Amino acid sequence: MQLNISEQGDIVQISVQEERMDAHNSGDLKEQMLQLFDDGKCNLIVDLSAVRFIDSSGLGALVSGFKNASAREGNLKLCCLQPQVRSMFELTRLHRVFEIFTTLDEAQASF
Amino acid sequence: MSRRIEVDIKVPNQTKYLGMIGRIGESLAYSLKGFQGNRRELAYHLNLVLTEALANAMCHANLCDPDKDVKLSISASDQDLIIRVYDQGQGFDMDAHSKLMAKTSDEGGRGIQLICKLMDEVEYLREGDSNVLQMIKFLN
Repeated sequence: MQLNISEQGDIVQISVQEERMDAHNSGDLKEQMLQLFDDGKCNLIVDLSAVRFIDSSGLGALVSGFKNASAREGNLKLCCLQPQVRSMFELTRLHRVFEIFTTLDEAQASF
Repeated sequence: MSRRIEVDIKVPNQTKYLGMIGRIGESLAYSLKGFQGNRRELAYHLNLVLTEALANAMCHANLCDPDKDVKLSISASDQDLIIRVYDQGQGFDMDAHSKLMAKTSDEGGRGIQLICKLMDEVEYLREGDSNVLQMIKFLN
């Protein structure tokens, strides 16, 4: 999975550079986030603007990141969801779990 | 009289093929003449149920063995769409999976539930030496 990772202060931005997040590539995101947690980073923003399709594996990877961030008193927030990707969070009720922002700036300002 | 389209597909048991099969589902959504609803939404849903069903067969039933194959069949008429995904695994308790709601904190367990939400009839059957996940969508 292609990921662009940058840091602003203690916030890490992960921009997913894939059209699909599914069982083929979501493990890569999960592993990358675990590496960041091991490095002491626990405040993450995942930018999903390029993602057109997400399945249960993609959602599961994000839940994994959220739980690990929360366990370290950090947070994982999402931004820039395409409408059909957002509908998957609503279908699975995960929109009640994640803080979801329209723009990256709004997500950054929320920390 | 409506004509039924039938397509049989066999792919290697490798998740890199999920996107290709999902896109077939999307294309199908735009060619189903009997469907009167939101085609863009149907395209996403068919992409999703094919992706979930194949990933389940590849990773859980066929244990990610890259030398195995996964077979699926798609049958479409003006009235319905029937998708069947075959595996050679141990099988699973469909009723238990479909009734158990994944907690929002669960990392897994949503695949079969999503299929059950998005399709009208879902059954997991035994046919010869294979298991078949049969998913039906009524189009009108």
